[in-house]
Amino acid sequence: MIKMKNIRILLKNIRDGLKNIVRNFSLSLASISCITVTLLIVAVSMIGSYNVENFTKVIRDDFTIVVYMNNDLDEDKESKIKDEIEKLSNIESIEYNSKKEIAENMKKESEIFNTIISSWSESENPLYDTYLVKVKDSEKISNAAKRIKKIDGVVMVKYGEGMIESLLSIFNIIEKILIITVLSLIIVTAFLIINTIKITIFSRQEEIEIKRLVGASNFSIKQPFVIEGLFIGLIGSIIPVISTIYGYSTLYEKTGGVLFSKFITLVKPFPFVFIVSFVLIVIGIVVGMIGSSRAVRKYLKI
Amino acid sequence: MEFIRIIDVEKTYPSGVTALYGLNLKIKKGDFTFIIGASGSGKSTLMKMLYREEKPTGGEIIIGGVNVAKLKNRKVYKLRRKLGVVFQDFKLLPKLTVYENVAFVLEMFGYDKNEVRAKTLKALDLVGLKEKVKSYPSELSGGEQQRVAIARAIVNAPKLLICDEPTGNLDPDTSLEIMKVLEVINNLGTTVIVVTHDRDIVNKMKKRVILLDKGRLKKDFEKGTYDKNEKH
Repeated sequence: MIKMKNIRILLKNIRDGLKNIVRNFSLSLASISCITVTLLIVAVSMIGSYNVENFTKVIRDDFTIVVYMNNDLDEDKESKIKDEIEKLSNIESIEYNSKKEIAENMKKESEIFNTIISSWSESENPLYDTYLVKVKDSEKISNAAKRIKKIDGVVMVKYGEGMIESLLSIFNIIEKILIITVLSLIIVTAFLIINTIKITIFSRQEEIEIKRLVGASNFSIKQPFVIEGLFIGLIGSIIPVISTIYGYSTLYEKTGGVLFSKFITLVKPFPFVFIVSFVLIVIGIVVGMIGSSRAVRKYLKI
Repeated sequence: MEFIRIIDVEKTYPSGVTALYGLNLKIKKGDFTFIIGASGSGKSTLMKMLYREEKPTGGEIIIGGVNVAKLKNRKVYKLRRKLGVVFQDFKLLPKLTVYENVAFVLEMFGYDKNEVRAKTLKALDLVGLKEKVKSYPSELSGGEQQRVAIARAIVNAPKLLICDEPTGNLDPDTSLEIMKVLEVINNLGTTVIVVTHDRDIVNKMKKRVILLDKGRLKKDFEKGTYDKNEKH
């Protein structure tokens, strides 16, 4: 029986919460638009930071150490170098690229290369046999490169030194800025909403007082306001969610999933936009509920 | 045993003003009691302590065996559910109809629709407002509004009804009507305490009268009158 009672009270409070949004529509609208604007910015930041993280990962995975070997080594010695590289920690994969293959590839690249390279006999080929080494942890790529260089028979090692490190640190900073933006926006909205809802509640001070006098517990006074906050958060997240789903998938289609250059690939829109939408709704609801609950506290004797 | 016992109750507000000095009182179950006194005599403070809007700074207030003075703020609602309070300014919700103003109390406590309906209509019938259930407070006279407030106070069948200057805003004829309503409620078994300034009413009703003066009990009459020579 007690359960029935609580369900009835909850249903009544849900009804009252919705009624109050309609009744104090202009003030509700203020809170709703407050949440909407913030969630829009949060959505952009979330999509941005996730994409940055994604293409950082793509680029990192693509980092390769090119190991050039002395021209007078025979196959046996070359495979010994391979064994030694494999012994190092942090090695993901090793691929052999002979000077013959490199020359063939270069021929395809341009007409000039083709004429020059075609004039070489096999022994005249000045290029080096190479190994293409991929590492597991790209942050330690320079370390791996140094150790490979020390191996006997290795002439030189290239991995885009400097460029990679600075690229990584730039991405790192962008990501951190986006995360800080998102977090501070959420906090700022929470305060804005507390204040907006405080105004709505101020006009209902008398109602709260009367409820208290006729024997309403703090919880039962709070509940309709918290439910109201929940709906305000939910309504406030409608526009951001729609914009996220349509906006991002349109962007993805229009750009073909690639931004500026082949390097920067976008995250596939599905299920990504749904995850972002879900997070937006949760943020909206939680902020709305916390906002109302904090705002109503002032009028309760606790 | 007495329904209400007030033992050595003192109340000093944080501002330093003392409203009550060592007050002792007993009120029997089913009594109708007037509390009178001039402004500043401490009668409103006493009422507020009965429904625990204020806490005494000393002494005990025992209602039905519970020491109200020691009640924690978050438990106050349990006391309030067992008593009804009527105010001078009615304290009705303007956006709700007469019916809703009474029914919302029961809805808040989780009664089902049929129970809410039956109890609300019974209470409104008792105060003589059954025909006005769909009106809004602004469409009612002062006396009718106060009757709605009384209906709200008694709808959950409280053991105690506290009325703080219930006729303060009403004309003499209407005041008497309100008192008659309170008397009916009293006759049904509810203990009623009325704070008032209204001399005529006290004289006509011939009930117990407690006179407070500057925070102290001055006189306590069974079937008393409001003495014209008393300062008030």
